[in-house]
Amino acid sequence: MASIPAARHALAHAPWSPAAWRDTTFVASGVPLQFAGWAVLGSVWPFWTPVNVTPIMLVLAGSCAVTLLVLRPLTRWQRERCWAMLGLRIPPMPGFDDGRAWEVLRGLRKPEVWRVLRYHLIVGPLVAIGGLGTIGAWAGGVILACTGAYSWALPGTSPLSSVDKGHAVRAGVLSVVGVLLLIAAPWVAAGVRRLDVRAAVALLGPDRAAELERRVEDLVEKRASVVDAADIERRRIERDLHDGAQQRLVSLALNLGLARATLTGVPDEAMRVIVEAHEEAKEALTELRDLIRGLHPAVLEDRGLDAALSGIAARVPLEVRLRVEVEPRASSTVEAVAYFVVSEALTNVVKHARATAVDVAAIREGERLRLTVADDGAGGADPSRGTGLTGLARRVRSVDGTFRIVSPAGGPTTVTVELPCAL
Amino acid sequence: MRIVIAEDSVLLRAGLIKLLETSGFEVAAAVGEAEGLLAAVREHRPDAAIVDVRMPPGFTDEGVRAALVMRRETPEVAVLLLSQYVEERYAADLLSTSTSGIGYLLKDRVADVSVFLDALRRVAAGGTALDPEVVSQLLLRRHRDPLDRLTPREKEVLALMAEGRSNAGIAAALVVSESAVAKHINGIFAKLDLPHAEGDHRRVLAVLRFLDGET
Repeated sequence: MASIPAARHALAHAPWSPAAWRDTTFVASGVPLQFAGWAVLGSVWPFWTPVNVTPIMLVLAGSCAVTLLVLRPLTRWQRERCWAMLGLRIPPMPGFDDGRAWEVLRGLRKPEVWRVLRYHLIVGPLVAIGGLGTIGAWAGGVILACTGAYSWALPGTSPLSSVDKGHAVRAGVLSVVGVLLLIAAPWVAAGVRRLDVRAAVALLGPDRAAELERRVEDLVEKRASVVDAADIERRRIERDLHDGAQQRLVSLALNLGLARATLTGVPDEAMRVIVEAHEEAKEALTELRDLIRGLHPAVLEDRGLDAALSGIAARVPLEVRLRVEVEPRASSTVEAVAYFVVSEALTNVVKHARATAVDVAAIREGERLRLTVADDGAGGADPSRGTGLTGLARRVRSVDGTFRIVSPAGGPTTVTVELPCAL
Repeated sequence: MRIVIAEDSVLLRAGLIKLLETSGFEVAAAVGEAEGLLAAVREHRPDAAIVDVRMPPGFTDEGVRAALVMRRETPEVAVLLLSQYVEERYAADLLSTSTSGIGYLLKDRVADVSVFLDALRRVAAGGTALDPEVVSQLLLRRHRDPLDRLTPREKEVLALMAEGRSNAGIAAALVVSESAVAKHINGIFAKLDLPHAEGDHRRVLAVLRFLDGET
C-alpha cells in the first residue's frame, strides 16, 4: 500500500495535471521578465557601438541608469506574477519600494537595491535558462513523441519512411525519448518554479535580518514613548493632586485649626469633635504628601537627583547615609526611575527590614547610573513575594536597567540597580 | 502688623486672610502669582510676605525666586515661604545671603494655628523659622563627621537651633531649663568648632553654614 502516496505524487506531476500546467506557465512567463534586465542594459549596443572612451562611458552610465529605473516596475511585475499564478505574496521592501521612482538612482549604497539587482541580472537569468529548458522539454517531448507516428505516416517513397527497418527503430527510440521528456517536463517545471520562488522571496522581498532589526528599532522607540508617557502621566497626577485635593485639605485643616483656636464657649463634646477632625485632617495631609512625593517631586526636575533624594531620605525614621554623585545629570526619565527605586527600596526597608541604618548611594559611572540601597536589617527579602520589589524590578527593566537583590536570612540586604543614563 | 500674601489657591488664600485677620494682622494685599507679589511688596512695604513656593506660570520654584528678588530689593521685608514640600536646596539658596527675616515652612503647618503665627511673628521680627523637616534634611547631608560626636540631646538642641528658635523656645520644646539649653549649646559649639556668635540669627547662620558644609 506504500505505493499509493508515491503513485499519487507521480500523478500530481503527470503531464496533464493542473500543477504541471501551473508550474509550466509560471516558469515560462518568467523568462522574458528575467532576461529584461540584461535586455535593457544591453539595448543600445546592437544599434550603436561607440569607439571613443567618452561616448562609451556615457552609454554605459546611461544604460546603467535606465536599468536602475526599470528595477522597480520589473520587481513589481515579478511579485505580481508570484501572486497571480501561485498565490504567493512577496511584501514590498522598505528602503526600495518607498520614495519616488528616481530615488532608486541614489540607492547604490543601499543593500536592498543590490539584492534586487542580483535577482534581475544574475539569479533571474539563470532561472530563465531553467525556464527555457522547461519549455524545451515540453516542446522537444511533443516533437520527439510524434516522430514514430510521423515516420509511420510518411509515404514509402520518403527516405525517412519507416519502411526502412533502421528508420523505424530510430523513430521508435526517439518517440520513447519524447515520451520520457514529456513525463520529465512537469518535474523540471516544478524544480525551476521552486528555485525561482526561493530566489524571488530571498531577493525581492524584505530581508529577514534587516526586517528584525527594523522591528527591534521600532519596538525600542515605542517602549521609550510608553515609558515617557507613563512618566508624564505621573507628573500630571502629581500636579492635579497638588492643585486640587492637597490645597483643599490644607484649607480644611486651617479652618479646623482656626475653629479650635478661636471658638469659645463650645460644649466640650463639640470641641472634642473639632480637635479630632483637626488631627485627622493633618494626618491625611501627611499621608497625601508622602504619596504625592513618591510620584514625581518638582525638585527632581529642578535640581536633580541629589536634591530630591535628600528629601525622601530625611523622612525615613532611620539613620540614612546618602551619597549622590551624578554629574552630569541623567535623562529625566532615568532620574525619575532612580528616584522611584530609592523611594521604594527605602519604604521596603522601613516596612520589613527591622534595620537601624541604611546606606544609599547613587553614583554615575560613565554611561551607567548605579544605585545601591544597603540596610543592616534582618534580610530574607524575596522579590517573588510582595508587590514592592516586583514593581521596582519591572520599572527598572522598562528602561533596560538591571536589578539585583542580595538578602540572606539574617541580613543584611543590598539592592543594586544599574540604569543607562541616556534613554 | 502688615502682611502681603502670595498664594495661587483661592481657597487657601481666603483661609490665610481669615486666619491673619482674626489674629490681629492686617492683610495689605493678597495676590496669586510672583509678579503681582513683587509689585504689591514694592507698593505696600509690608512687615512680612507669606509666599507660596509653587505658583504660576511654571509651578516649580517661582516663590523661591521671587523671595530672592525681594531679599535684594526690599531686605527689610521679612519672607515666610510656604510649600507643599520643603527642599533643603531651596533653603540653602534662601539662607545663602542672610538668615534674618526668613522662614521656610511646610504648608501643613498653617493648620497648627498658634505655631504658625509664632513663626510668622518671629520672622517678621527679623528671626528665622525653618521647618523641622528642612533641618532634618540638612542634618542628613552631614553624616559621618563631627555630628557623630554629639549626644542625642545635643542633636535635638542643634536641630531646634537650626529651626531658628531662641533659647527660651528650645527650653520650652524640650521641657528643660534655659540654663541647661545654654550648656548644651556651648557643648555643641565647642564640639563642632563653631565660632561663638551673639544673637539668635547669627547663631542660626553659624549652624546652617556648618550644616551646608561651608564652615
